[in-house]
Amino acid sequence: MILARNFRTAQIAPLFIFLIGSIYGCGEKKKENDTHTKPASEQESEVPSPVESADVPEYMAEGQKVYAQYCLSCHQVNGTGVSRLNPPLKDTDYVLGDKNRLLGILVNGSNVGLEIRGETYSNAMPSFKQLDDTELAHVASYIRNSFGNSATPVTIGEVSTFRTKSENQK
Amino acid sequence: MKEYAKKSIKTATYLLWALGLVFLVGCGGEQKNDATQETALDLSPDNAGLTLPDGFGALKVADSLGKPRHIAVTAQGGIYVKLENAVDGKGILYLEDDDGNGTAEVKQGFGDYGGTGILLDKSGLYASSNSEVFRYKVDADGKVVDPASVDTLITGLIDRRQHNSKSIALDNSGNIYVNIGAYSNSCQKEDRALGSMGMKPCPILDSAGGIWQFRTDAIKQSYGEGKRFATGLRNVVGLDWNERDNHLFVMQHGRDQLHTLFPDIYDIETSANLPAETMYRLEEGSDAGWPYIYYDQNQNKKIMAPEYGGDGKKLGAEDIQDPIVAFPGHLAPNALLFYTGDMFPEKYRNGAFIAFHGSWNRAPEEQEGYNVAFVPFENGRPSGDYEIFADGFAGTDSIMSPDEAQHRPTGLAQGPDGSLYVSDDQGGTLFRIVYTDEAEQ
Repeated sequence: MILARNFRTAQIAPLFIFLIGSIYGCGEKKKENDTHTKPASEQESEVPSPVESADVPEYMAEGQKVYAQYCLSCHQVNGTGVSRLNPPLKDTDYVLGDKNRLLGILVNGSNVGLEIRGETYSNAMPSFKQLDDTELAHVASYIRNSFGNSATPVTIGEVSTFRTKSENQK
Repeated sequence: MKEYAKKSIKTATYLLWALGLVFLVGCGGEQKNDATQETALDLSPDNAGLTLPDGFGALKVADSLGKPRHIAVTAQGGIYVKLENAVDGKGILYLEDDDGNGTAEVKQGFGDYGGTGILLDKSGLYASSNSEVFRYKVDADGKVVDPASVDTLITGLIDRRQHNSKSIALDNSGNIYVNIGAYSNSCQKEDRALGSMGMKPCPILDSAGGIWQFRTDAIKQSYGEGKRFATGLRNVVGLDWNERDNHLFVMQHGRDQLHTLFPDIYDIETSANLPAETMYRLEEGSDAGWPYIYYDQNQNKKIMAPEYGGDGKKLGAEDIQDPIVAFPGHLAPNALLFYTGDMFPEKYRNGAFIAFHGSWNRAPEEQEGYNVAFVPFENGRPSGDYEIFADGFAGTDSIMSPDEAQHRPTGLAQGPDGSLYVSDDQGGTLFRIVYTDEAEQ
């Protein structure tokens, strides 16, 4: 069993490296300057500058820790969730779409019987309001950029704005 | 004219041949219990991917049926399948094997509701949605007489999505037993939330978290007409009436997430194995202790749940019933069947088969289950340790998350010849396991 797990880790490791690389590829700074220079940026990503590569692993590595502690037991190591019970994170609109919708689920929990691709997921998602803005930003960015997902990361500022807004609405 | 007469004779000869064939096929159908019929089964050379004890074989009866939950087989070998979700307005499928080779084709679909429970009895075909139980009249062959004519036996049962499948069992005294699963993991104030403690008394237990008993000779019954037969059962998907012992036996799905919710008490490995998946022999008034306790199969003790002040060692209340079998954690027992056939060797007779859907809550550890286990019984009590009877449903040696599994055992039924049928709600497959008395090839 231990052998099998190590083997699995060995399989997953290159994926992480790839993911980190690909996140670097869509760093916010680059986005601003993005003027249809995709081939060039792909070339650039092969040689990441120290500043940017240090930024990116923080979202991914820190987010992965939060994910492992609070999310993995339900949503699974590969983000596929559990049929009938816990919705997948992989390739889903509620993760990859509107950031405030995702933050709403993370902060307030959800028990609506989420339907994805014709399947209803029955378990309640608890609130993770006890996590701080940094942890929430990290984990949200992590799930938006893992399991084959790719989307803009969620910033700490966005979490804090979301929280202030929902507080004011109460 | 002559030509015409010749043709007529020819046609008549063909008709006679055809008639003869019909008779032959008819005879075949009648002789399903005959051992010679077994040789006609088109058994899979690799046992349909399953690992079985020596002398057993298997085949795929049908594939890609949607999400089959529980199943029932008629005395003629027809198969009813209850689907998790109705497909094109059909939540129950009826299949027949025309040529006796073991594979069966869908002949009929009806019942516009999804659900889990289905069982067949002389009194009718019973099927459940996630809030109701229905009954259809059947003829002497167990075929539904009119799918449009249905009695609603039980209605208004709680369905809050979590643990909402309503599995059913009958006794021989006109009672029907329905599982009403708890819409909660461990009755925390906030379900599955870190640090949220358990409610005491747990308010869920008034209408869920137990087995309810109703009558088969009354319609439109709800909580007021039924009674809570047993309580403290978080969620039971597999249950069966033991004819030998005249008692209801159930398999409970133990609670989830000990480590996630109480990381200071339980490490990942402990949480992957605890608590036990438990089998109970129920009496009226039985209390299995959920949510206040769970069963620790390593300590063989009822341990106080951490939501109620437990620390992994403190014992729970003494008056709680003990399980009669304790399996490793999170395997998800979705069906229980006492084998009453005579095809399988002696040791299997009157023993219990359990379909384990397979775990998810062992993550990040490797998942377990995805098999059919067996417990030998004597005089209505387990007479030995459990063993894995049929394995390999996942289709892979190591499984980290349920979506990697090709098949997940969900339902069990016994055929008229003593075959064991296994349904799978992942690949939509129906398996049939037979004893061939031949050493494994």
